[in-house]
Amino acid sequence: MSSGSSAQVIRLHTGGAPGGDPAREADAGDADRDASVVELPTAPASESAADGADDPLGRLLTFLARRLTGDYAVDEFGFDPELTDTLILPPLKLLYDKWFRVAAVGGENLPVDGGALLVGNHSGVLPIDSIMTALAVRERHPQRRHLRMLGADLVFKAPVLGTLARKTGQTLACNPDAERLLRAGELVGVWPEGFKGVGKPFSARYKLQRFGRGGFASAAMRAGVPIIPVAVVGAEEIYPKIGDIKPLARLLGLPYFPVTPFFPLLGPLGAVPLPTKWTIEFGEPIPTDGYGPEAVDDPMSVFNLNDQVRESIQQMLYRRLARRRNIFSG
Amino acid sequence: MPPMPPSNVLVTGVAGDLGSRLLARLGNNPELDRVIGVDTSPPRPELLRRAGHAEFVRADIRNPLIAKIISSAKVDTVVHASTHAQPAGPTRRVAVKEVNVIGTMRLLAACQKSPLVRKLVVKSSAAVYGAGARSPAVFDEDTELGPTSPSGYAKDAVEMEGYVRGLMRRRPDITVTMGRFANIVGPDVDTVLTRYFALPVVPTVLGFDSRLQMLHSSDALAALEIATLEDRPGVYNVAADGVLTLGQAIRRAGRVELPLPRTALPSVGKVLRGARIVDFSADQVSLLNFGRVVDTTRLKNDFGYTPRWNTRDAFDDFLTGRGIRPVVDGERLAGVLTAVGRR
Repeated sequence: MSSGSSAQVIRLHTGGAPGGDPAREADAGDADRDASVVELPTAPASESAADGADDPLGRLLTFLARRLTGDYAVDEFGFDPELTDTLILPPLKLLYDKWFRVAAVGGENLPVDGGALLVGNHSGVLPIDSIMTALAVRERHPQRRHLRMLGADLVFKAPVLGTLARKTGQTLACNPDAERLLRAGELVGVWPEGFKGVGKPFSARYKLQRFGRGGFASAAMRAGVPIIPVAVVGAEEIYPKIGDIKPLARLLGLPYFPVTPFFPLLGPLGAVPLPTKWTIEFGEPIPTDGYGPEAVDDPMSVFNLNDQVRESIQQMLYRRLARRRNIFSG
Repeated sequence: MPPMPPSNVLVTGVAGDLGSRLLARLGNNPELDRVIGVDTSPPRPELLRRAGHAEFVRADIRNPLIAKIISSAKVDTVVHASTHAQPAGPTRRVAVKEVNVIGTMRLLAACQKSPLVRKLVVKSSAAVYGAGARSPAVFDEDTELGPTSPSGYAKDAVEMEGYVRGLMRRRPDITVTMGRFANIVGPDVDTVLTRYFALPVVPTVLGFDSRLQMLHSSDALAALEIATLEDRPGVYNVAADGVLTLGQAIRRAGRVELPLPRTALPSVGKVLRGARIVDFSADQVSLLNFGRVVDTTRLKNDFGYTPRWNTRDAFDDFLTGRGIRPVVDGERLAGVLTAVGRR
């Protein structure tokens, strides 16, 4: 192996400018070599965080090699955890940390194991709030669990987006899928306001829309898992939607075509979300195992649970909003 | 009254891979008095030689002769394995529909007429569930079969199941087992999917990577044999554990993926059909578009069979058994990458 090739490897690995400090490069090279010498025998035994962090390039190459040979596992919903963790989540994590500076509170309300249904308020024209909630779960959960989200059929019909959604663990918002995931002990996220919530006008911010038909409540009751209300504060201001070009939306087959003070006026620049400060709060779990099997067939008890969840999210939102002094600094 | 074990078995579709192997298995079963295979063409000679005491009758199930065979041979168990939800090559659609639907109707009519028939085993297809953006990710047996979702051969299968349900209503004394089989793969299997993966350049739907679930041919055979020899009434999904995505399968096979816009696929399908390579029907496109996974809890718990091959191993066995050499050697590229990583 020539030293030239090793220098090149290091440059990629540290992400530094080419032709940087040669001493530092040599150092890194040693570390790299050491790391691989130490790591090789232990790699199959355990994958501790310290080992993995040593050699991001090696991990990336292994990842690529596995992609080339198709040697990776997806679950029956199409969830590809390796792809999600390696390629999809890191850039989103930057958005989470640096742009929206998300503060996640109430992580102790997430169950350590077993299923739970997370129900949140939906807003922000684009469903960025769901993605950030998934990241918050992953950050705050001791086992770094993935949130499996339920999405509209529009998502799964769309090329690229639909596939990406499946690969990152999302599935169609329908009772069979939701119950299947919950019974398998997954954390499932749902935003029952749907498009009515994401596309609500700026004037209606933090006012919860109708909560669908209560399908999420019956799914949780059938699976006997708790419902965790989630309040997201900050997302409702990222795209202040002041208008809706309905004919254009119809033409493009979208539920709405938003007009904000900056979009479509400033073009792509106007599509940059405002850097609001976010708080994601996981509320106290609402148990559903107290309901008997007959309760699922009683629309009244389903609606009651539905209203109870909606009410608790609305209260959490009001509480958080009262505490917030500035949209951008929190 | 304990269920009487079958003694005279009639198997349809014995020219196919699954049907012929089932015939050979049953033909070597000493518990059975007579095993009669029916099809329009004979099974492969090497299988016929190993078929033991099984007999072959060249007959079309659409022909009234089938009723005569059933009554004169005192058939008590009928295995209907001739349905094609995924015919391999380009065949005339009308002809396939004839066999699938009209043939099934005729066969079921003959079964209903014969008082000796006690059991019916039907090979159906998981294609009855269709595939779409609005379908659940995993189908269980209770999923309603929408009349609109499937098309083509899948629609035939839905209609065929309807006729089977009709027979169940009219002859409640007949034990009916219906298996909804996932795409069967294996070294000797020739279906649209196996031909598809043998193409050097594989057309896919741009922007979609569907989930595929398969079933190894030996598991399909074992499930059919259990259903024939034992009483397991009901509808069961028969599929292997695990899922491969289409892109993953293509990379494992070392094919070149050619993503095409959805609108271009029908014309590509026509070209492939015209060139007599692979039959690329509308329901095939929707499978490549959205994929399909079925729940097999009932197969494992109620039917009592757990497929021995998972989807990935079944697919790999198909690749090695068929001798499909990779066009793009992913292993080698991956070897280079890992070698670079080691340095």
